[in-house]
Amino acid sequence: MNRAENATRGRSGVRGPVATLAVRRLRTVQWTRWVGLTLFGAWLLVALFGPMLAPHPMGAFVSDEIYAGASASFPLGTDYMGRDMLSRVLVGARYTLGLALIAAVLSSLVGAGFGMLAVLTPRWLEETIRRVFDTLISIPSKMMALVMVSAFGSSIPLLILAAVLGYAPGAFRIAHSLAANLSTLEYVQVARTRGEGRLYIAIVEILPNMLQSVLTDMGMRFVFIVLLLSGMSFLGLGVQPPAADLGSLVRENIGGLSEGALAVIAPAVAIGMLTIGANLLIDSLSSSREAQKE
Amino acid sequence: MQGESLVVRDLEVRATSVDGEERTLVEQINFSLQPGEVMALIGESGSGKTTIALAMLGYARRGCRIAAGSVRLGESEVLSLNAARTRALRGDRIAYVAQSAAAAFNPSRPLMEQVIEAALIHGTMDRGSARQRALALFRELALPDPEHIGERYPHQVSGGQLQRLMAAMALLTDPALIIFDEPTTALDVTTQVEVLNAFKRAVRERGTTAIYVSHDLAVVAQMADQVLVLNAGRIMEQGTIDKVLERPEHDYTRSLLAAARPQRRRPPTSSSGEELLHIDNLQVGYGAKDSDGTPADVVLDNISLRLDRGGALGIIGESGSGKSTLANAVAGLVAPSRGAVQFARRELSPTLRGRTPEQFRRIQMVFQSADNSLNPSHTVRRLLSRPLQTYFKRDRAARNRRVEELMALVRLSPELLDCRPGELSGGQKQRVNLARALAAEPDLLLCDEVTSALDTVVGAAILELLDELRHELGVAYLFISHDISTIRALCDDVMVLHQGQCVEAGRCDAVLEQPRHPYTRKLIGSVPELRPGWLESCQAETSRESVMDDSVQ
Amino acid sequence: MRHTLAVLVLSRLASSLVTLFLVSLVIFAITALLPGDTAQQILGQFATPEQVAALRVQLGLDHPALIRYWHWLSGFVTGDLGQSASNGVPVAQLLAARLPNSLILAAVTTAISVPLALVMGMVAAMRRGGTTDRVLNLVTLSMVALPEFLVATLAVLLFAVKLGWLPALSYVANVESFTDFLKIYTMPVLTLCFVLVAQMARMTRAALIDQLDSAYVEMARLKGVPPMRRVLRHALPNAVGPIANAVALSLSYLIGGVIIVETIFNYPGIAGLMVDAVSNRDLALVQACAMLFCGAYLLLVMLADLCAILSNPRLRNR
Repeated sequence: MNRAENATRGRSGVRGPVATLAVRRLRTVQWTRWVGLTLFGAWLLVALFGPMLAPHPMGAFVSDEIYAGASASFPLGTDYMGRDMLSRVLVGARYTLGLALIAAVLSSLVGAGFGMLAVLTPRWLEETIRRVFDTLISIPSKMMALVMVSAFGSSIPLLILAAVLGYAPGAFRIAHSLAANLSTLEYVQVARTRGEGRLYIAIVEILPNMLQSVLTDMGMRFVFIVLLLSGMSFLGLGVQPPAADLGSLVRENIGGLSEGALAVIAPAVAIGMLTIGANLLIDSLSSSREAQKE
Repeated sequence: MQGESLVVRDLEVRATSVDGEERTLVEQINFSLQPGEVMALIGESGSGKTTIALAMLGYARRGCRIAAGSVRLGESEVLSLNAARTRALRGDRIAYVAQSAAAAFNPSRPLMEQVIEAALIHGTMDRGSARQRALALFRELALPDPEHIGERYPHQVSGGQLQRLMAAMALLTDPALIIFDEPTTALDVTTQVEVLNAFKRAVRERGTTAIYVSHDLAVVAQMADQVLVLNAGRIMEQGTIDKVLERPEHDYTRSLLAAARPQRRRPPTSSSGEELLHIDNLQVGYGAKDSDGTPADVVLDNISLRLDRGGALGIIGESGSGKSTLANAVAGLVAPSRGAVQFARRELSPTLRGRTPEQFRRIQMVFQSADNSLNPSHTVRRLLSRPLQTYFKRDRAARNRRVEELMALVRLSPELLDCRPGELSGGQKQRVNLARALAAEPDLLLCDEVTSALDTVVGAAILELLDELRHELGVAYLFISHDISTIRALCDDVMVLHQGQCVEAGRCDAVLEQPRHPYTRKLIGSVPELRPGWLESCQAETSRESVMDDSVQ
Repeated sequence: MRHTLAVLVLSRLASSLVTLFLVSLVIFAITALLPGDTAQQILGQFATPEQVAALRVQLGLDHPALIRYWHWLSGFVTGDLGQSASNGVPVAQLLAARLPNSLILAAVTTAISVPLALVMGMVAAMRRGGTTDRVLNLVTLSMVALPEFLVATLAVLLFAVKLGWLPALSYVANVESFTDFLKIYTMPVLTLCFVLVAQMARMTRAALIDQLDSAYVEMARLKGVPPMRRVLRHALPNAVGPIANAVALSLSYLIGGVIIVETIFNYPGIAGLMVDAVSNRDLALVQACAMLFCGAYLLLVMLADLCAILSNPRLRNR
């Protein structure tokens, strides 16, 4: 057998599916990133400018027909009281996104702050902080929200507080283990033997190297908080009338479900679009980062 | 099964990066082996030696593919087989011995299961006869308690034993070709000798054809008939082991040979007589302390030493000897449970808390892994400026000037100042690491295995730099290493540690040329020499001691 | 040797009990310490001060907080969970009537979702980077992001409104045949499985890939071990710990999902009871339900940890 023959044989025998796989994977990542960015970006714009774009005031009774289907004047139909659904969704999205963003940022701040603090404080204090968060993490977030609403009644600040109490412990756990791992690395040891203070080590040596993971985690927490808060509103225990987030819109119009009313489907699908968009975006960002590391 | 001939033609392996770009890992690889011959693949990290070895099994790692070429073992063309027939070949006619046996054994299955698995899958033996054969191999490879070692789990046996168990696993089916992939790199030298002996006997007695991948020329000299010198995925030189060692043709081979055993460039300096570091009866340990303050797990005990200004003291020992703990204790990262450390005639606080800024400045530590010692999110400029800022309160302009001087000092281009560590090579990182320590203008550098993670040639250059800096700047070194040749090349004095105790200490030439303690003799005697036949000459002695060692474990 | 394992298991049990105790403290603190006056809330703003004072004594609210906590906790241990404020029935009795329904729902959901998720995770891990894997990734990624009420409303729309196959509400009382069972449980279980399966499948995939990337799986491959056996015999035993944890965490999600599902389908379980209790501010009932759910969650997590401990050969064979 001559060499050329061998070479072609080798080529045909081991024709590389791997190479094309990697390329295809990359394309998928880019594709999901664009879809995610578009969906999430669109809802972010709605949250910012939605109330300005709304054709009607959200509380206005504009039609005699309830649970109307889509029409030129009411693109998303009307609700159980004859109000314009498009306007209500545009305004409701601001509540859903706004509350969840605030709560997600606060959760990550609290979680990451205490996570780094725990690494730098004496052992007894670290143990205490860990115990507190371990206790909180043993209370499922929806349970925490229900218990708090039962005690205090529902209000916007309380919902944010409940979401933070429910989701900061998870953020703490991740930030704490990241910071604990980083603090054993040699560059932190070098800084210690240089005589650097704890604050410098935390902010300059540790924080920059955990920032990306903390941000990814915050994105995931945002999605969970959207689901939590709209779930609470769906139960009637979240945002209270006359204000309404997307979850409340589903609840108000649940009576239209038997006729398949757009008024109940539209806000539910809106939440799905927002959370799926956010999830796709986070996944594509973190998986391309992982691939870069490899 | 006797060994079979192996012919490799025009082998090419390519890798695809995340952005879809393909690059060549190895290309134009041609060689052939007669039945029973052993071929060494030698090269530094990234040379493609493991890639070639794996291609012999028709295998390429994730993201890589064998793009072209042929691998003929006896009558069969390995690369053109379908998946099922490739599987039938692996673990039967071709066997593989992995680099880290500790990682290559499944932690949750007993060893015997794994040793005989290949034979059972391929249906070449029934369970009973496979077990019998495995027991015979365990005995042949001088494993302790051969009857029962197979019932244990990987975490219950030592690294050297695991490596021999892996050889037993490879030999079980009497393969025609065995691939050894750096099988002794993770082992201590004294263990390495035993394992090499066991491998060599087993392969030679069976007449198995073998490929031996290594970065260590001296190890290769003991094992191989033929050598293939690789660099950046291409063959640099090829020939019999004697020819390559004695009459290397290629410059690259010559530089490898020169770096393999770094030579001392200047004679040892005599002592300055001015005491810098004085350690008296030091004890360090971890865990709960008993009534008289002795910790549960004593890592280091009864250590006394003296290092003069501008001197270089080497600390040598194998893994678990406590050598890194000694550096950490001096640096203040672990508090000793007993004993005193004096620096410049003043007592050093056992922890960081009680040390003065001046003491921080004068003692600098350089860690083994430059990857982990440099914060990946800072630029080189920032890394080097920080000590100038903390210790000398220099302004920005002065800092920038000094940073450039430091780069020149460690022979790095100032253009690298705005890079982050991720963009630098291993050798460059270690130079930045050194420069940062030198920025403090220290009197004492604690060097913990600073060349161990580097390729031989790069490591030799760092060693040379350390030697020059010492004479230029008059800084003293506490130089920790497991490698006798680096200590011999750099240090004036040496201390030998074994299981946390100092077994011997003195002038470098005295201790290393005429060792008095049996452990020192064993340690020095275990370092492979760059000549074929060395292994046989030291065999009698070490095999006797290895039996004793195993019974201890 | 066995001794150290026993110590490990016992200390894990003890730590769960301590956590449960701390959780009870948190729940009690939120519901009974901080807010205004429970008696006032129950009676409304038109009650006379005498009425409020009388109810306070009746509820034991005139005692210091620590004493009240002690009473509450000891009541829990002895099975006296107090009276429901909204309908005057003992809380224990309410729970006992509904608990079996919730347990059936959880059991059916677990029995379907866990095997399904494990298989999906395994398939994705084995076909890593391939089309199957990428499709599964996108599907599960979208599924975990969907709110249960969206899945539930779409299911009702499809199966009850458009197709008319299933009733929109669950009447558990009249289960007489397997068809009845299917009619009642299909939609609630489907809704719960939707999110649960996606989450567990993703975590299973990640845990398995971790192992499939290891040196010992590569070694197995180079010994000629076929793919299926590599996953089942080599990777899976080492992934038991992480997978058990993933299952426990996801099943805790079941707790959140069950609340929505029981409400939508009007399913007579504990979660529906709790939602009503929250709306009525029936604190004794809320406390009891919360403790029940948290206890169940802690139990799951502990079981997962025990799985991990027992499957770790380093701990099993010293």
